[in-house]
Amino acid sequence: MVEFRYRADEVTEQPSVTLDAFLDQSNATAVRLEPDDDARALIPFLDRLTLIEVAFPKYRDGRGYSAARILREAGYQGELRAQGDVLVDQIAFMRRCGFDSFAPESSLNPDAVARALDNYDHAYQGAADSVVPIWKLRHG
Amino acid sequence: MYKYDNYDQAMVDARVAEFRDQITRRIAGDMTEDQFKPLRLMNGLYLQLHAYMLRVAIPYGTLDSRQMRMLAHIARKYDRDYGHFTTRQNIQYNWIKLEDCADILEELATVEMHAIQTSGNCIRNISSDQYAGAAADEVTDPRPWAELLRQWSTFHPEFSYLPRKFKIAVIAASEDRAAMRLHDIGLELIRQDGALGARVFVGGGMGRTPMIAPEINPFVKADDLLSYLEACLRVYNRYGRRDNMYKARIKILIHEIGADEYRRQVAAEFAHVKTLGIDPPLAELERITAFFAAPAYDAPDVEPDRNDPDFAVWLDQNVKPHKQAGYAIVNISLKPIGGIPGDATSQQIDVMADLAEKYSFDELRVTHAQNIVLPYVAKRDLYAVWQALRDAELADANLDLISDIIACPGLDYCSLANARSIPVAQKIATRFADMDRQRDLGELKLKISGCINACGHHHAGHIGILGVDKKGVENYQLTFGGSGAEDVSIGKIIGPGFDEDGVVDAVEKATEVYKALRQGDERFLDTYRRVGLAPFKEAIYG
Repeated sequence: MVEFRYRADEVTEQPSVTLDAFLDQSNATAVRLEPDDDARALIPFLDRLTLIEVAFPKYRDGRGYSAARILREAGYQGELRAQGDVLVDQIAFMRRCGFDSFAPESSLNPDAVARALDNYDHAYQGAADSVVPIWKLRHG
Repeated sequence: MYKYDNYDQAMVDARVAEFRDQITRRIAGDMTEDQFKPLRLMNGLYLQLHAYMLRVAIPYGTLDSRQMRMLAHIARKYDRDYGHFTTRQNIQYNWIKLEDCADILEELATVEMHAIQTSGNCIRNISSDQYAGAAADEVTDPRPWAELLRQWSTFHPEFSYLPRKFKIAVIAASEDRAAMRLHDIGLELIRQDGALGARVFVGGGMGRTPMIAPEINPFVKADDLLSYLEACLRVYNRYGRRDNMYKARIKILIHEIGADEYRRQVAAEFAHVKTLGIDPPLAELERITAFFAAPAYDAPDVEPDRNDPDFAVWLDQNVKPHKQAGYAIVNISLKPIGGIPGDATSQQIDVMADLAEKYSFDELRVTHAQNIVLPYVAKRDLYAVWQALRDAELADANLDLISDIIACPGLDYCSLANARSIPVAQKIATRFADMDRQRDLGELKLKISGCINACGHHHAGHIGILGVDKKGVENYQLTFGGSGAEDVSIGKIIGPGFDEDGVVDAVEKATEVYKALRQGDERFLDTYRRVGLAPFKEAIYG
C-alpha cells in the first residue's frame, strides 16, 4: 500500500507487471522491477509508463537506488515507487535518487518520515532530485 | 588544513541531530536492533564483545591540535582514558555507552569532526599518505583531492547500501605509504602533459581473498574524476555479488568478469554519467587546495646535535626527510615494547597535540601503521620534541622495525575475531626488545590479524600472522613476502600453523635465516624474494 506519495497526479490503479511480462506483451503502463532486473531495459518505453515500482526485498540491497537514478536520468517522469523493506531512514536517500512514492511493507510513522526528509538542508553531490549541490552553491 | 564552511558545519550538525533521533527511537523500542544496525553502523557504532565501540573519522588522517585534544577529552570523559588509532587512520573507542553517543558526536562537531561512514556498506573514510604536503617525492598534495572525495562520498544517496564496504585511498608520490593498491579504489595522482589527474586502480583488498588492484584507467582528468568514480561505483552497486557477503567486495566482481570487461562497463557508464553535470568545476578543487597551502617555513637549515645517543637513534629511525630545507617529518611510535599497537592514553594524546601546536604548525597525521606523525618540525626543535616525547613514553625508536607491529583488536575486543592478536604482538615485541637487535634486522613489517577479515593487514606484512580457530584452540598461520608499499605483493602461507608461543619462535627463526642469508643491504623481504621459502621452511619446520 502506498503510504507516502509526493506527486500531484492521480494514483495509478493498474497493477504492475513483471519486467519479463512487460517486455513480452508491452501494453501495460505499470511495471515492477526486481533487484536483478536491468532498469535500462525500460528506457525505450518510458514515455508510456505511468508507474515503475522498484522492489526492495531487503533494505540492505541497494540496487534499487541505481535503478531509480538510471530511470530518472533517462527522462522518466512517471511515478517511481519504492516497495518492500523500506524504512524511515532510507527514504531521504530514495527521494534523492528519484523515488516519489513509497509502499513500505511495515507501516512507518509519518512524523518520523517528515523529520527524516527535513533533516538536511543541503547535499554535497548532485543526484536525481532538484537539490543544488553544495559545490554549486559555493561557486554560483 | 581544511576548514569547514557553513555548509560543511550544517551537514555535520544535521547528522548529530539525526543520529540523536535514531538513538532515541532505538532506546524507546521504536526500532529493532536489526533495523538500527545499519544506521548505527553508518555512523561508526559497533556492538562489540563487551560494549559499543565508536569509530571517529579522521579524514585522510589529518588533524589539528584542537581536534586531537577533543579526542583525548572523549577518551577521558566517555571511555576508559584511552583511544585506539586504526589502520584507516581513524580512532576508535572501545567502551562507549549507547546513550552517550549523541553527546559525543555533538562535542566532535564543535571541532569539525564526525563519525560519518566509518562503518557500514558505504564509502568509508578516504585514506592517504601520512607525509602528504611534506614528502619530497610527491607530485602534488593528495589531501585536497581526498577532501573533494570526502565531500562527494558523504551521504551519497546511491551508494549507501553497496554490496559491501568500500575503501578509497589517494596518493601522489612514487613511494606508496598508504597501501593504495590494496583498496577497493586506489588513486595515484600523476601529471600528464602538465595537467594533474589520477591513475585509477580498482578491485584491490585484503580480507579472505586478497587481491592487488589492476589499473582500470591510466589517466582520469581532475574535472572528470567524480563522474568516473560514480561510474565505477554504479557498476559495482548494480552487479557486485549480494548472495554471499564474503564475495561481495568489488575485487570479486572484477576477478569474476575480468578487468577488461569491468573497464568497458565503466567506460560506457562514464560516457552517460559525464553528461549529468555532477563534476564540480576545477575552482572547487582550487578552493579546497588553498586550505592546504604550505606553512610559513622560517627555520634555518641546521642539523641537530647528535651528542645524546638515545636521541641520535630516534633521529635515525623515526625522523624522515622533508621537502623543505631545515624541516623534518617526525614519526611518533605508538608501539612501545609490550604495549597495545595503536593505543594512546588521553594524556599522551594531549602531549602530541601540544607538540603539534608548538612545533608542527598545529598539524598531526595518523598513519595506517597506527602511528602518529608531526609533519612539519624544524630541525632546530627536534631535540626538544624528542625530550617531550620521551617524558610521555612516546619516543620508541622502532619505526618500520619488527616491533612496529600492525595488529587488529582481535578476540580481546572484536566480535568477529577467532583469535587474539594483541598478546601475540606483545610477545613478539618483547622477544625482540633489544633495540640493537631490531635495528640490525632493519625494516621488517610484521602485521597480525585475529581473523580472516585481515583488519591487521597480515597479507601485506613482510611477515604476516593470521589467527584462526582450530577446533576451539587459537592457532596462528605465518605468511611471508607481503608488501603494502609500491612493491605491493600478497604474502604466502608458509606451512602448518603454530600456537601462540610457537609462532613467536617461528618468527625468531625466520629472522635468523634472514641474517644468515642476507646480502648487502637487503631487507628481510628482499632476501625472502631472492632465496624463496625453502631455507626458511627448513629452519622453522625442519
